[in-house]
Amino acid sequence: MAGKTLYDKLWDDHLVKQRDDGSALIYIDRHLLHEVTSPQAFEGLRLAGRKPWRIDANIATPDHNVPTTDRELGVEGIVDPVSRIQVETLDKNCDEFGILEFKIKDQRQGIVHVIGPEQGATLPGMSIVCGDSHTSTHGAFGCLAHGIGTSEVEHVLATQCLVQQKMKNMLVKVNGTLGPGVTGKDVVLAIIARIGTAGGTGYAIEFGGDAIHDLSMEARMTICNMSIEAGARVGMVSVDDTTIDYVRGRPFAPRGEQWDKAVDYWRTLHSDDDAEFDKVVELDGADIQPQVSWGTSPEMVTGVGGTVPDPTAEEDPIKREGIVRALKYMGLDPNMKITDIKLDRVFIGSCTNSRIEDLREAAKVVKGRKVSPILKQAMVVPGSGLVKTQAEQEGLDRIFIEAGLEWRDPGCSMCLAMNADKLGQGEHCASTSNRNFEGRQGFGGRTHLVSPAMAAAAAVNGHFVDVREMMN
Amino acid sequence: MRALQQHQGIVAPMDRSNVDTDMIIPKQFLKSIKRTGFGPNLFDELRYLDEGKPDQDCSNRPINPDFVLNQDRYKNASVLLARRNFGCGSSREHAPWALDDFGFRVIIAPSFADIFYNNCFKNGLLPIVLDEEIVEKLFQETYDNEGYQLSVDLETKTVTTPSGESFSFEVDDFRRHCLLNGLDDIGVTLEDADLIREYENQRRQTAPWLFNAAH
Repeated sequence: MAGKTLYDKLWDDHLVKQRDDGSALIYIDRHLLHEVTSPQAFEGLRLAGRKPWRIDANIATPDHNVPTTDRELGVEGIVDPVSRIQVETLDKNCDEFGILEFKIKDQRQGIVHVIGPEQGATLPGMSIVCGDSHTSTHGAFGCLAHGIGTSEVEHVLATQCLVQQKMKNMLVKVNGTLGPGVTGKDVVLAIIARIGTAGGTGYAIEFGGDAIHDLSMEARMTICNMSIEAGARVGMVSVDDTTIDYVRGRPFAPRGEQWDKAVDYWRTLHSDDDAEFDKVVELDGADIQPQVSWGTSPEMVTGVGGTVPDPTAEEDPIKREGIVRALKYMGLDPNMKITDIKLDRVFIGSCTNSRIEDLREAAKVVKGRKVSPILKQAMVVPGSGLVKTQAEQEGLDRIFIEAGLEWRDPGCSMCLAMNADKLGQGEHCASTSNRNFEGRQGFGGRTHLVSPAMAAAAAVNGHFVDVREMMN
Repeated sequence: MRALQQHQGIVAPMDRSNVDTDMIIPKQFLKSIKRTGFGPNLFDELRYLDEGKPDQDCSNRPINPDFVLNQDRYKNASVLLARRNFGCGSSREHAPWALDDFGFRVIIAPSFADIFYNNCFKNGLLPIVLDEEIVEKLFQETYDNEGYQLSVDLETKTVTTPSGESFSFEVDDFRRHCLLNGLDDIGVTLEDADLIREYENQRRQTAPWLFNAAH
């Protein structure tokens, strides 16, 4: 019999009941909540007269609607009354049910997928869910982590379980070594370009290979974060020393004897040598260039040295129509150079790229330089209050401010523009976020997905440049 | 949850691939704390020419006459015919809520994004996967025949055209059972409460660190 994949092991460890009809009850170790997808779930509990099954498995924070300025005002600082009600509703629900919440003025508040790992509330081997598709981020720790809808949020609150069908196994192996200036973001965009936005549908993806295991935890989180942009709810990396070193000493991490026992278990969280995957995709790390998206789907991406595609060269009629539509929306011409795309705004932040290493990489590029006068705005939004504090201790805020970037308070911000931070109609944005869908960052806004270093380089130049040319 | 056994209704063609949940219901409408009322904002950026705002009366907004759901022949549609990877992107359940609130009961596509597919079943909506060639044929028949309707039978797992042609589809037994009977799946899970407790107690022994509060 073949060995087990990492996903098989995590599945087996969380299996409460295998039903005859093929569905299974899976136990959930950690449930993260935010204000957008939880109010209807709490209301559902109340209407059914149910209580949360295990209160201490839940951690909540407001992130989507929070303003990134004037935070000392707390909830009162949320100008949009509809946004404010949503944040107040989360506070009220958490207070009523006794759920731990990092409220808007708490220094531990931040984007839910930043604070889980930061607090050690994300531990290797856990099953983790949240009403947010970027929950796949936590798979970087060898977790079974995925996004769920609001009905499932209610289901987890009420039962600590989910009804699941087992997915298929995919291995995405990135071999060799990444070149200088090439980051986790470039790796995941290159993977999406290869397998497509539906390439991972129905699969749990394990990212492996030397190039992945050479990366830091934060870069691995960036990669797992965007698994969903490849269609896979679940993305994972097996546990190694880098994982264990990152977890050690964090507030929710075990201590003493429990730590030793946990580490022994965590070291088993990798696919067996003889495990069989339903699909294997291999990339050579040395081939990956800094990436820039040109279209309205994350698979519409190319290397910075490339050009906007010509739809007449596409044979598949549905894809061709997609390219024509995307170029019209983006206001781009076929065959134009990526480096000729002029920008209006730059956004550095989001659950994909707002951790301390992301900010360091961006700061390194802008240090001693100025934001291009062509831009209307360039902003940096740290992923949490603790990331913000650390960045300030390292002097990164001064570097950004002196270069002409705005230094904001933590939240999801312009990744999806539920707060006041958004693009104007027709504006082009170099963004470190995860989705370039039509209207995602504001009505009529045009998003180009890039790494923090590439966004910083674009901020200085007012158009895309190969960040590697600025590194000497 | 509302049950669905059979459904027959007018088909509307959503002729583009990778329709994402941001497109189905843009983010400004996610600020609602209710499950209902999203119908007027379904496909908001495609349907109207201006930028939509929450809690706005949509009846006076400028509509995009080219958009499919603004055409008289599709206004009472309850079956949405779509292309590859429908419902990709965010996990927002507001997407099926908006489709449901508009009046859709069935969505047919060659493929769906996983989270969206799952969210549909929780809301009495039936997503049906058919081969791309069949979907292409249904698009043509929809375009060619005003008032074109499809009949769907979840019991027999078939889609039937007006000419009597039938296509079968797959759906897993648990989801089908819940939708046929309109079951609250939390209630079904809680029938196994003892098993959940037993699992939990065993994990507290073998992996106690999973139950720690912050130090």
